[in-house]
Amino acid sequence: MSVSLINWFKFSSPASFYPLAGRLVPWFATIFFLLLCVGLWIALMMAPTDAQQGEGYRIIFVHVPASWMSMFIYCVMAFWSAIGLAFNTRLSGMMTSALAPTGALFAFLSLWTGSLWGKPMWGAWWVWDARLTSQLILFFLYLGFIALQAAIDDPRRADKAGAILALVGVINVPIIYFSVQWWNTLHQGASVSMTKAPSMAHIMLAGMLIMALAFWAYAITMALMRVRCIILERELASEWVKRNAME
Amino acid sequence: MQWNSLNDFLHMGGYALYVWGSFGACALAMAVEPWLLGRRKQAVKERLSDKETD
Repeated sequence: MSVSLINWFKFSSPASFYPLAGRLVPWFATIFFLLLCVGLWIALMMAPTDAQQGEGYRIIFVHVPASWMSMFIYCVMAFWSAIGLAFNTRLSGMMTSALAPTGALFAFLSLWTGSLWGKPMWGAWWVWDARLTSQLILFFLYLGFIALQAAIDDPRRADKAGAILALVGVINVPIIYFSVQWWNTLHQGASVSMTKAPSMAHIMLAGMLIMALAFWAYAITMALMRVRCIILERELASEWVKRNAME
Repeated sequence: MQWNSLNDFLHMGGYALYVWGSFGACALAMAVEPWLLGRRKQAVKERLSDKETD
């Protein structure tokens, strides 16, 4: 089937997306579980000790995936926000809201694991370095988004306000990403980039990428589970919910 | 395999607090979030069935 023959707008209706999301959840949950097992095995069992950082470097296997996901989820939120503002589709706002708590969680985990990594390697739990500060701002943007939506009673207005915050805040993502190049930071530069060979052993890189994919599958699973709750909460009075959602 | 014993593994070359603190926080977060979502879904379904009986 060619792409143009699929009616993309069909799934922008909460009533048709709800069962689709329900079917996708077990698949992504399974992918998450399998990748997590492989990733943890490589991270904790196979990857060799680092020459400089000893075993302490193993934090990288959760720190980098959590940080990537925190930035990626915010970009996806900005994408859905733009779609929502442009086409006025209800599902876009629901997707944005469904992603925010998981993104906030990853931003927190990025800061938490970074702090636990910084203490033994730099001698400080926290420094006001450009990378750390911009990541902290990302965490606050997530919290601000959640608080803003919670403060507005009408969900459609909450979606619009949230969408604007998500779109304005997304400027922070490239700032986080390039902060290690633009400023003189204590945080090390990118270990993996598109343009040059990775500065780490292949097995370490493989472990990190598999963990990143596992976190990605986790985020999708959580977002789909949460969007299903949001759809039901918002459409509680509608006929299709009464008919179909009780299974 | 990088480890000679379980103790060796748990000790993490002296970085146990930092490594297990990181992995543990992630594990906890990834256990609590699905649990909270399960409760949220349960709450919506209860509201829904309350409505039906009204």
